Amino acid sequence: MFAKTLGRTLSVIWGAVLLLGAGNAFAGFSDTLNLREGVTAISQRVFDLHMLIFWICVIACVAVFAVLIYSIFTHRKSKGAVPATFHESTTVEIIWTTIPFLVLVAMAVPATTTLLALEDTRDADMSIQVTGYQWKWKYDYLDEGISFFSVLTTPRDQIEGDAPKDDTYLLEVDNPIVVPINKKIRFLITSNDVIHSWWVPDLGWKQDAVPGFINDAWTELKEPGTYRGKCAELCGKDHGFMPIVLIAKTEEDYAAWVAEQKSAAEAAAGDATRTLTMDELMAKGEAAYNANCAACHQANGQGIPGVFPAIAGSAVATGDVAKHIDIGVNGVAGTAMQAFGEQLSAVDLAAVITYQRNAFGNDTGDMVQPADITAAK
Amino acid sequence: MSTATTHDEHHDHGAPSGLMRWVKTTNHKDIGTLYLWFAFIMLLIGGAMAMVIRAELFQPGLQVVDPNFFNTMTTMHGLIMVFGAIMPGMVGLANWQIPLMIGAPDMALPRMNNWSFWILPFAGTMLLSTLFMEGGGPAFGWTFYAPLSTTFAPASTDFFIFAVHMLGFSSIMGAINIIATVLNMRAPGMTLMKMPLFVWTWFITAFLLIAVMPVLAGAVTMMLTDRNFGTSFFDAAGGGDPVLFQHVFWFFGHPEVYIMILPAFGVISEIIPTFARKKLFGYSSMVYATASIAFLSFIVYAHHMFTTGMPVAGELYFMYATIMIAVPTAVKVFNWTATMWKGSMTFETPMLWAIAFVFLFTIGGFTGLMMGIAPADMQYHDTYFIVAHFHYVLVTGALFSIIAAFYYWAPKWTGHMVDERLGEIHFWWSVISVNVLFFPQHFIGLAGMPRRIPDYSLQFADWNMVSSIGGFAFGLAQVFFIYVIIKTIRGGKAATDQVWEGAHGLEWTVPSPAPYHTFETAPEVR
Repeated sequence: MFAKTLGRTLSVIWGAVLLLGAGNAFAGFSDTLNLREGVTAISQRVFDLHMLIFWICVIACVAVFAVLIYSIFTHRKSKGAVPATFHESTTVEIIWTTIPFLVLVAMAVPATTTLLALEDTRDADMSIQVTGYQWKWKYDYLDEGISFFSVLTTPRDQIEGDAPKDDTYLLEVDNPIVVPINKKIRFLITSNDVIHSWWVPDLGWKQDAVPGFINDAWTELKEPGTYRGKCAELCGKDHGFMPIVLIAKTEEDYAAWVAEQKSAAEAAAGDATRTLTMDELMAKGEAAYNANCAACHQANGQGIPGVFPAIAGSAVATGDVAKHIDIGVNGVAGTAMQAFGEQLSAVDLAAVITYQRNAFGNDTGDMVQPADITAAK
Repeated sequence: MSTATTHDEHHDHGAPSGLMRWVKTTNHKDIGTLYLWFAFIMLLIGGAMAMVIRAELFQPGLQVVDPNFFNTMTTMHGLIMVFGAIMPGMVGLANWQIPLMIGAPDMALPRMNNWSFWILPFAGTMLLSTLFMEGGGPAFGWTFYAPLSTTFAPASTDFFIFAVHMLGFSSIMGAINIIATVLNMRAPGMTLMKMPLFVWTWFITAFLLIAVMPVLAGAVTMMLTDRNFGTSFFDAAGGGDPVLFQHVFWFFGHPEVYIMILPAFGVISEIIPTFARKKLFGYSSMVYATASIAFLSFIVYAHHMFTTGMPVAGELYFMYATIMIAVPTAVKVFNWTATMWKGSMTFETPMLWAIAFVFLFTIGGFTGLMMGIAPADMQYHDTYFIVAHFHYVLVTGALFSIIAAFYYWAPKWTGHMVDERLGEIHFWWSVISVNVLFFPQHFIGLAGMPRRIPDYSLQFADWNMVSSIGGFAFGLAQVFFIYVIIKTIRGGKAATDQVWEGAHGLEWTVPSPAPYHTFETAPEVR
């Protein structure tokens, strides 16, 4: 393992050296130097403000460094410099206290107007609630009644280096948040467990998702497109693995998407009354387990001792079925175990509980049907 | 009379030998040495953790550690560097130098001094022991935001809380000792406004410590009761507020960053005049600027929280107050520049480190100013831009000043000049690699890489690799530093009393190495 990593590492270093040596612009170096201008009026203003302060800082820095460097090369003993005796001047002190102060005031003016615009969430055309979970996002379209979770889809083998990485590595999800362009969209941002932070750099801001409180922010996109971001506040083990994908559509396309979501929700509701076979439950259960449970309880059901309990051989997964369903649906208060009743469909929950009771050597032979879940909700 | 002198010489004038010398010592020089060695060992442990972090980030994908252990490494690296390396390093300098610089025979409260040191190894061991506990060590960042550090934290968090309490006791006792020493032990004629700037900066820092360490203790105690006794300070479900934690933490945390940097300002203000052979420019404005920064540090803390959903009026206030810190900080940089201006400079190793400090700290200061601009911080916050910023002020700022102080005062401590060639190798090796390490982090941060992630998307791969290479080189440079230190202790050119041609101050009037007891008769300062 180590030798393999080392070998790969050395070859990459060598590759980088060759590319740099050949004078090739290695795209990654030059593309990732500065803030993104983004795609909204606000992100543009934030970018302009950033560049303004940046250049003020550069000018001030160059001025101070120029004096220092001149002094270092000129006022040295080896060149016979004799030390001057001055060591105090109230006038000079007043001047170089006042000038930075005035520069700061000049910077504060555009900063204030930008901040006021950024924080003005009034008169929104629509509202979307964003809820952070360990480690996924949930989007509720408050006006449309649409609600879904958004989970990373990058496969494990890409993360572990067993498959080549795609361009959208760690920036891809199953259900992106879809929004219309030319509408002022207000985001109501909160969390179900720990603090997360919802950040799409192209929108020009990030906003913390705080459990028990709702923060708001807004955007208005001009161009259809796909914009990608990440959770920005440390939220536990898989903080680096809960990206955001936002797709902006024209109003017509957005309306079509809304209609599609609604009919899909109705179809799923019909499923909840079906009775599934053991094989169907196990197959669906394994998929749902890997998407929702494996982050903590691990793909092999062993958990992480002292942090996340094991499923294999656990008292819950081999004991009373009703208790197992209750934990799956309602979670365990005061722990990282979430209430999956609101996250997963009755079919998926029934499948995942069946899977947990029969995989990892648990072999209880129990089957849980969607109707059992509906009854427990 | 002569009998009494002989008696004294037998029992008081030499250092006792053996292990118990170090356990029982109340001598400020011994305790200073203990602090400095402790800080250096912690620097190496925290540095090893940084190497794990940079190894994992060398390439995209998970190669070296799992994400939970990665989070433990970032957390422990931060805690150990702040509480184990920088703070004790600065206290070690204070212990050695303050009595020598104000003409005092020792610290005012020598027995408490012993205790405030000896708490540290136990607190440090307890903190490190969490790595071996079931569930792993703290993995919630050195800022330990609730509820990740309360409801969702591993069992070892209670040990972390106890360790933080002990570190706090140590710091508060150290601070009380410094204030008592400065106020009571100055030599006749050493008025406050004649004190060397290093003493002034530590004197002000000590008040910051006494003011904010209890606040940190409050924060961790609330965590403790939330975790174990059913309170809900930081849990909205019980009527609390997770953001309250951040208010309490940063009310401690912001002054804390000045606790780490003000003594550094003091060190640099000693070194530059010595090697410029010219008095420090604007001594009194330096003192006032230090005091202003200390005062401002209490009223700007929420600039760490611009994205938490503060009211816009709060954001405006904290933005205005924050950028005002640039004024006294600029005054300091201007004063150092004016001190060098028309001096007669030579560039021995301590001066090289001090000049690097002025340049690189200035860069860190400017990025700090950029972050103070609230709307721009909506983008910068929690990215590698922040990581770059605080490593420029803490590594090339605070740590460089401690290394500079070593090169400056080691001849006085050991009686040997440091090998100039080795010192210069250490300097150039460090100063180049540290910039390769941290400068690219500005780029990837602006381009959108969040901090505290074990794996990243592909556009950040190139600069991360550069940063890691710089990191390994910088880490290795500090291993080389061990060799320099040990070689200096063991031997080298004998140092004169004054050591440096341009040095002024009481510490340069005693022999090198400084005898076990100095200034038993107070010197006269005119």
